[in-house]
Amino acid sequence: MMLSVRDLTVSIGPETAPIDIVSGVSFDIGKGEILGLVGESGCGKSMTSLAVMGLLPQPGPRIRGGRIDLVGADVTQLQPWQRVEAGHGRIAMIFQEPMTSLNPVRRIGDQIAEAVRVHDGVSGAAAQARAHELLDLVRIPDAALQLAAYPHQLSGGQRQRIMIAIALACRPQVLIADEPTTALDVTIQIQILGLLRDLCNRLDMSILFITHDMGVIAQLADRVAVMYGGRIVETADVGALFNEPRHHYTRGLMDCMPARNLGARRLPTIAGQAPRPGAIRTGCVFAPRCAAVQDLCLVAAPPRIVLSEGHEALCAFPLQGERPS
Amino acid sequence: MWSYALKRAGATAVTLWAASVIIFAFIHVIPGDPIYVLLGDTATPDQIDRLRHELGLDQPIVVQYLQWAGHALTGDLGRSIFFQAPVASVIADGAETSILLATMTMVWVVLIGVPIGTIAAVRHGTWLDQGLSGAAMFFASVPTFWVGLYLILIFAATLGWLPSSGYPSIFEGGLGNLRYLLLPSLTLAAPNAALILRLTRASMLDVAREDYVRTARAKGIRPWQVVRRHILRNALLTVVSAFGFTFAALMSEAVVTETVFALPGIGRLVVQSILRRDYPVIQGIILVIVVIYLIINLLVDLAYRLLDPRVELQ
Ligand SMILES: Nc1ncnc2c1ncn2[C@@H]1O[C@H](COP(=O)(O)OP(=O)(O)O)[C@@H](O)[C@H]1O
Ligand code: SF4
Ligand SMILES: [Mg+2]
Repeated sequence: MMLSVRDLTVSIGPETAPIDIVSGVSFDIGKGEILGLVGESGCGKSMTSLAVMGLLPQPGPRIRGGRIDLVGADVTQLQPWQRVEAGHGRIAMIFQEPMTSLNPVRRIGDQIAEAVRVHDGVSGAAAQARAHELLDLVRIPDAALQLAAYPHQLSGGQRQRIMIAIALACRPQVLIADEPTTALDVTIQIQILGLLRDLCNRLDMSILFITHDMGVIAQLADRVAVMYGGRIVETADVGALFNEPRHHYTRGLMDCMPARNLGARRLPTIAGQAPRPGAIRTGCVFAPRCAAVQDLCLVAAPPRIVLSEGHEALCAFPLQGERPS
Repeated sequence: MWSYALKRAGATAVTLWAASVIIFAFIHVIPGDPIYVLLGDTATPDQIDRLRHELGLDQPIVVQYLQWAGHALTGDLGRSIFFQAPVASVIADGAETSILLATMTMVWVVLIGVPIGTIAAVRHGTWLDQGLSGAAMFFASVPTFWVGLYLILIFAATLGWLPSSGYPSIFEGGLGNLRYLLLPSLTLAAPNAALILRLTRASMLDVAREDYVRTARAKGIRPWQVVRRHILRNALLTVVSAFGFTFAALMSEAVVTETVFALPGIGRLVVQSILRRDYPVIQGIILVIVVIYLIINLLVDLAYRLLDPRVELQ
């Protein structure tokens, strides 16, 4: 496994009465695989990815339990610089906001070279040459010109490519992409997704791809983890998930996809609201919104049921494999 | 850049002209007649008229302004009524003290304000931060003369390490005479360094929350390098633009400080000239201060534009 996350719990609030915003999250990503992590806004996707990257904001959320292994090495409590020191620095991340993720007063070339210096130990002309190479890799035309540019001179799509170039500086084994196309136009979004898919193949890189968009998952992911209320409620190969969703929440997400509602005047949504962290302490977190809720669901935490090889759901009464219309 | 600099310089010249009109007008509406100050109560009307004519004070006010402004452009700020000497040389006599005092003060402000503000920001929320921020709050709010008097009490009167008043020129006594300016410059620096400290701390904490700082951390850069290359550097943009205001504050506080420490500087000269109704000197000094202030703001503005590529140069 390139990345293995076990029982990851991220909490806020006092040590004595912690509130979990991510609880017991586990997943694996194999070499060259793209794992899609999908869920509504606020379900804990960003906190999960920041925890995995060692970038949780301080002070604030903290890792209270669980373990993160990067190619077999425990990196749970290490920040990126400590990972580099320990020789486990080949993981990188790109973010949702390309407009604010680059330093506005420093040249693009310097910002890429800075990452090159950390990982390759070269500086000056050698670092600039490598930066040029990275810009070619993310298909930025006129690389030499762009190296001298400032972020405000570039479009959102170009800036996200720069962010990808910076991420590639460490020759990542794992790339975390937290909603990298959410802030972009649809055409640019398609280009960036294509680029990520291509880089994944060419560089044999694994990707943890985070989105709230089931359509993007269908396009890009090999495997999918569906997240709700800080938990992973269903994991499956992308084909199995779309053909036979087993968790009621997954099914709800699918029924809301635009592609399945062509001609509808309004997109359906899942009734009710996502729970606030810590609001539901007993039973199933999805119970207030679940159409199939039973008495048991309100009192007992649902079991993790293995439905077939690689297909699991966190539900006491999973769907019986009916195909969504 | 150059065309922008030229434009800003033009705007500065217009501001300067407006300021000169205001200075001239303001001084002339202040009650009190320098003639009486010079001649005393016993002067005859004849003497008064003659002196008034000699000093040009019987001319229409517009003519007086044009003469004054025209001469000022050539560096001739008129003659001091009290000293009976050119205003330019009267000001020059006080300039050494004031320039050295201002320079030492700004050095303290930067050396104390920026590094300690950085430490407070990096350690924010700890007792160290609270202590430093509390001290800054204190020094920013107590009056200048209070700090000055305490420094004199401790370092001059009690410990006897430093002189408490006066300043003999370094051109006569050597650089060692700078010790006369140590306490005054610290006094003057205290409130301003405190403000710069608080500003440095606050803007660093703001910048630390920016997404690009997270990007820098994600690269695997060491925390201290993240602070230096991304947080501090960007935070200083805000701090640099505050230096103009600091200078303005310095001017008014210098008057108090030079008085407390009996320094032969321009600040004290201003106070004395006002008491003597020495119009030409007051006008000259205010004009010089305005010029320096405008130049400093021009430089701060240009520096800001050099440091921040986002600001359009047109
Ligand atoms: N810095 C923080 N401190 C405390 N709570 C936070 C912080 N950031 C996010 N949260 C909370 O954690 C939960 C998960 O947030 P997040 O991971 O950003 O969701 P997502 O990325 O899935 O939209 C949300 O309920 C959010 O309110
Ligand atoms: S455990 Fe119960 S409430 Fe939760 S999703 Fe399954 S059926 Fe619905
Ligand atoms: Mg998010």
